Amino acid sequence: MKNEKTTEEVALGIRRRVFEHAIRNNGGYLSQACSAAEQLAWLYNEELKLGDPTLPMIPKPFAGVPSPTNPDYHTGAGYNGPAAPEFDRLFIAPAHYALVAYATLIEVGRMAPEGLEMFNKDGSSVEMIGAEHSPGMEVHNGTLGIGFSTAAGLAWGRKKRGEPGRTWVYMSDGEVQEGQTWEAIQAAAYHKIDNLYAIMDVNRQQCDGAMGSVMDVGDIKAKIEQFGGVAVWVDAHKLDEIRAAVKTPHRNKPLIILANSSPYRGMPTLMERFPRLHYVRFKSEAERARYNTEIAKSLKVDPVDYAGAH
Amino acid sequence: MVEMVSKPYARAFEAFAAGNPDILCLSADLTSSCEIDGFRDRHPEQFLSLGMAEQNMMSFAGGLGLAGFRPFIHTFGVFMYRRPYDQLMASIAYPRRKVRLMGFLPGVTTPGGMTHQSIEDIAVMRSIPNMTILETGDATEVESICEAADSIDGPVWCRVLRGSVPRLFDTPIKVGEMRVLSEGEDVLVVTAGICTEEAMRARAAFAKAGLSIRHLHLHTIKPFDHAALLDHVGSVKHGVVTLENHVTEGGIGSLVAETMADAGVGKRLVRLGLKDTYAHGGSRAYLMRYYGLDALALVNGIEDLMDEDFGITENDLATARVDDVHSIVKAEAL
Repeated sequence: MKNEKTTEEVALGIRRRVFEHAIRNNGGYLSQACSAAEQLAWLYNEELKLGDPTLPMIPKPFAGVPSPTNPDYHTGAGYNGPAAPEFDRLFIAPAHYALVAYATLIEVGRMAPEGLEMFNKDGSSVEMIGAEHSPGMEVHNGTLGIGFSTAAGLAWGRKKRGEPGRTWVYMSDGEVQEGQTWEAIQAAAYHKIDNLYAIMDVNRQQCDGAMGSVMDVGDIKAKIEQFGGVAVWVDAHKLDEIRAAVKTPHRNKPLIILANSSPYRGMPTLMERFPRLHYVRFKSEAERARYNTEIAKSLKVDPVDYAGAH
Repeated sequence: MVEMVSKPYARAFEAFAAGNPDILCLSADLTSSCEIDGFRDRHPEQFLSLGMAEQNMMSFAGGLGLAGFRPFIHTFGVFMYRRPYDQLMASIAYPRRKVRLMGFLPGVTTPGGMTHQSIEDIAVMRSIPNMTILETGDATEVESICEAADSIDGPVWCRVLRGSVPRLFDTPIKVGEMRVLSEGEDVLVVTAGICTEEAMRARAAFAKAGLSIRHLHLHTIKPFDHAALLDHVGSVKHGVVTLENHVTEGGIGSLVAETMADAGVGKRLVRLGLKDTYAHGGSRAYLMRYYGLDALALVNGIEDLMDEDFGITENDLATARVDDVHSIVKAEAL
């Protein structure tokens, strides 16, 4: 697809859409938009080689789970284009970033803005925790830590079949608390799966708060390298650093870009809630109104007119 | 005397999988223990060693399925669902990946004790949507398990016997069917896996004592032909006894109970198996006796159902086969 916006514009658009959604719905995954916007914008707007979407711009309603009696079932991967050998694949490993991922699909023209209106509505496929039938998703990742393993298996298989397309994973740093992440990296290294790429949002946040107050994970880069992968640090908000990082040699090894991010980048008002940022819910109408005014100003948009919203 | 077949899985898997590039052989550090060491050596291009890291292995297999491969995962059954249950659900069962889960050491077929004995796997698998469940009870079923499993459009849980396995049947597994081993009219006996051989011994003794047994052997536990079972239940006068190498909750005893209750069948049912207990380590014969999974336990169960003592003693049962724990056909004593 042809780029119509710069990646910076896409990133700003992601923050604006998630902001508007959170204000209208009295809360949401705001902080993930702050930390992840440039990474997802870069993936979709520049780095990933994807075909045109194969699913309707306005998502279809939930059409049942996979079963032998549901022959028309399909995943939401069609928003990333067809699964052809030459194209890249992307898994959003922390499915809690779904709102941000949906906003990205809209910004890059792969989903209609109406899709976000369906977010977390009963009967909708645009689920709060991205399901495999949700737009842009291909596998379930709501149980954290399984994404990189699944991608490793897919990448090994694609390499075996001689497919040039890469397999990408969008990861979160909280996932490295799960032992499976390390099992996956050692397996990918052992089997020389170098068509496997990840970019990890290192925002040092998890559900209970700052990761250091929950379970310290130490030096992620050193650990990845000890387990056989290649890791490179970047500033998550500097696109040129991300662009350079993906060129890091990683022969016979998976490449994991560690994106050192700010959980309130672009929305400085969120700093006052630090470190409770996993899900932002407003404590009062007054707080909601103040956030609306302040963050709108930070994002250079008008405040959201949410009268009539819930 | 029954024919004993040495390592039927080793030959069957290689014959089935070799040369089919879409089939992959996955192992988790139990390669010779699952009789696939020869396959690894002769077909390395189809073999993937994933180490003692089952959580990754399950999701990795899901990814291979997404890439169009049909992975056969080989390890001890317990290691494929207890620790990596979440991965089994999210990466394999939900998306209906064509992953074939070859679970070795079902129930008390190992002296490895609690950590090695999958005693509740059927209960777990029966409750997983999209899962198919097959269980082998003899060498012919082991020889046909790969083809049967690979015929399923979705994930398949298989209870696989290894080592020296008796040959009881001469036809392969036909998925979805059940074997009718005798067509008696007094009591229906339903068994699966290694318990079928036990029931065959008890059956002969009851025939001499004048009680006619209808005996079903289940190799397909899910999907299940409820109507066929109900026909057999309706064909006997007194009731049903089930015997399984598994806890009595959620296994074939429960399957029969649910089928009868759903249809409003009022006959008595005696469920034999592990009675809400773990087992411990020991030889198969010892464990089957100690926990009531053998021919003698079935005799007692049928006597309980009939409320009658048939005077059958251990001597009336065909000599029980005793496995040497340290048999040369096993890689280690487990």
